[in-house]
Amino acid sequence: MITASFITDPNFRSVLYIVSFALFIYGLSGLTGPKTAVQGNRIAAVGMGFAVVATLLVPDVSNIVLIILGVAIGTAIGVPAARQVKMTQMPQMVALFNGVGGGAVALIAWVEFRESGGFADVPTYVAIFSCFAAIVGSVSFWGSNIAFGKLQELIDGGSKVIGSAQIQSFINMALGAIAVACGIAIVAGSHGEILILVLLVSAALLGVFLVLPIGGADMPVVISLLNAFTGLSAAATGVALDNTSLIVAGMIVGASGTLLTQQMATAMNRSITSVIAGGFGGTVEAAAGATSASGGTVRSTSAADVAIQMAYARLVVVVPGYGMAVSQAQHAVREMAKLLEAKGVEVKYAIHPVAGRMPGHMNVLLAEADVPYEQLKEMDDINGEFPRVDVSLVIGANDVTNPDARNKADSPIYGMPILNVDESASVIVLKRSMSSGYAGIDNPLFVNPKTSMLFGDAKQSVSDITEELKVL
Amino acid sequence: MLVTNLAILVLAGFVGYAVISKVPNTLHTPLMSGTNAIHGIVVLGGIVLLVNGLADGFLNKLLLVIAVAFGTINVVGGFLVTDRMLEMFKAKPKDLVEAEPEAKA
Repeated sequence: MITASFITDPNFRSVLYIVSFALFIYGLSGLTGPKTAVQGNRIAAVGMGFAVVATLLVPDVSNIVLIILGVAIGTAIGVPAARQVKMTQMPQMVALFNGVGGGAVALIAWVEFRESGGFADVPTYVAIFSCFAAIVGSVSFWGSNIAFGKLQELIDGGSKVIGSAQIQSFINMALGAIAVACGIAIVAGSHGEILILVLLVSAALLGVFLVLPIGGADMPVVISLLNAFTGLSAAATGVALDNTSLIVAGMIVGASGTLLTQQMATAMNRSITSVIAGGFGGTVEAAAGATSASGGTVRSTSAADVAIQMAYARLVVVVPGYGMAVSQAQHAVREMAKLLEAKGVEVKYAIHPVAGRMPGHMNVLLAEADVPYEQLKEMDDINGEFPRVDVSLVIGANDVTNPDARNKADSPIYGMPILNVDESASVIVLKRSMSSGYAGIDNPLFVNPKTSMLFGDAKQSVSDITEELKVL
Repeated sequence: MLVTNLAILVLAGFVGYAVISKVPNTLHTPLMSGTNAIHGIVVLGGIVLLVNGLADGFLNKLLLVIAVAFGTINVVGGFLVTDRMLEMFKAKPKDLVEAEPEAKA
C-alpha cells in the first residue's frame, strides 16, 4: 500500500514530468550536431516514455482499455508508415505526422468543451487556452493534410486561389475572424455546442485555404510553420489541463519551430508573411511571359559528351534538386561519382538550403546513397569555389541556380541567395523537359552559352553517363 | 497555478529558442522531424482525460480514443522516421576501406 500511494502521489508524477522534459531538452540539443543526433533523438523518445508512464500513475485508473486501444491503433498505423516510407517521401510523412498531432489537439479541446458544459464550470483562462488550441490545432491538421496531398501529388501542386489573391485573402481573414469570434463568445460565457463546431470548421477551412495557394519552393517553410503551430497548440492544451510536461514540450517545439521557419524563409530571402500571403502566385504569369518572349537558344547534349567532359575535369560539382529526389537518382549519382573519383576527378556536392522540398532533403538522400559527409558543401562554402569548377552538373535543380535571383530586379525570386553555377567553366543540366521550376519562372541559365542540357529522367541520364564513363 | 504555468511557458520558449539557434542545414530535416515527434506529447492530453475518468458518453470517449491514436501516430512515427533519417548520417567503415586505394592511385 505504501508503494502504491507513493507512485500515485502527484509530486512523484511531477518529478517524472521534470525528468521527461529534461530528457527532451537534452535530446533536442543533441539533435543539433551530426555526431550526437541519433542519440539525441533516442533520448527524447525515452523522455516521452517517462511522460506517458507518469500520466498513467493515478490512484483510480479509468478507461485503461480505451487508452490501450488508442495507443494500439496509433502504433499499428504509425510504425509501418514510418518504416516503409521512402526517403524521397519523407517531407510529406513529416507533414502527415504533424497534422495528426494538430488533430489530436483539436479533438481534445472539443471534448473538454463538451465535458465542462461549454467551459461553464472552469476558470476563464482554461476556456481561452482551449479555444486557442482548438483553432490552431484545426488549422494545423487541415493545413498539413493539404501539404501532404500536394507533395504526394494527390492535389495539383501549383498555386490555387478562389477568385484572385485579394478575394482569397479576404476569405481567409473572414474565416479567421469567424473562428476568433466564436472563441470570444465561448470565453464570454456562451455555451452552445454550435459555437465550438463553427470554430473548428472555420479554422479547418482556413487551414485548407492557407496552404492551397502556396505552390512551390515555399512548401518547406509551410511545413515548418505548421510544425511550430502544433507545438504552440500543444502548449496551450498543457496550460488548460495544468500539465507541465505538455507545456514545456509544446512550447519548446513552438519556439524552435518558429526559429527554424525564420531561418528557412531567410535562406530564400522571403518573409513568413509573404509566404503566407499566397506564394509566387500573383507574379508567375507576368514573369513567365516576359522571359519566354526574350527567347534564347538551348543546347542539348548526349550522355557520351557529358561523360567525356567530366572525365577530363579536375573538379566536378554536383548540384542536386527535387528532380533527383523524384527519380530516386541518388544511388546512380554516387556510382557515377565513384567512377569519376577513380579517374582522379574531385567531386563535391553543392547543397542549397532549400533544394528539394525541405531543408536538408538533399543531404538525407545523398547520405542514404553513402556519399561521404565531407563532400556535401553548404551554399556559403561552395559559392566562392565555382570560378575554379570545371563542370557543374545540375541534377533536377532549377530555381536555386537561377541567375535572375541576382540580376533581375523584377523577378519573383530576386534577392534569393543562389548557387552561382553560372560562374563555373561549363554547366550541364539534367532535366526532364524545358518546363519551368517549382516557382514557375524561366531560368536564363538554360540559354547561357556555357550550358548544355541533357533531357530525360535524371536516374536514366546519370546511369547512361555512368555507362559511358565505364568504357572511357 | 496559472501564473506558475505561464512562467514555465515563457521559460520553455526561450529554452527552445536557445537550443536550436546553431544547427547546420544538413540537420534541418531531422530536426524538424524530431521536434515534430516531441509535440506528439499531446497524446498525454487524451490520456489525462481518459485515465482520470473525466470523459463521459460514447461520443466523448470515441473522440478521445481517436485523439490518443492520432497522438501515438505522431510520437511513434515521428521518432522512428527521425531515427531512420539519422541512421544514414553515420559514417560507414567500408567507405574508409575504399578510400585508401583510391588515395594511393
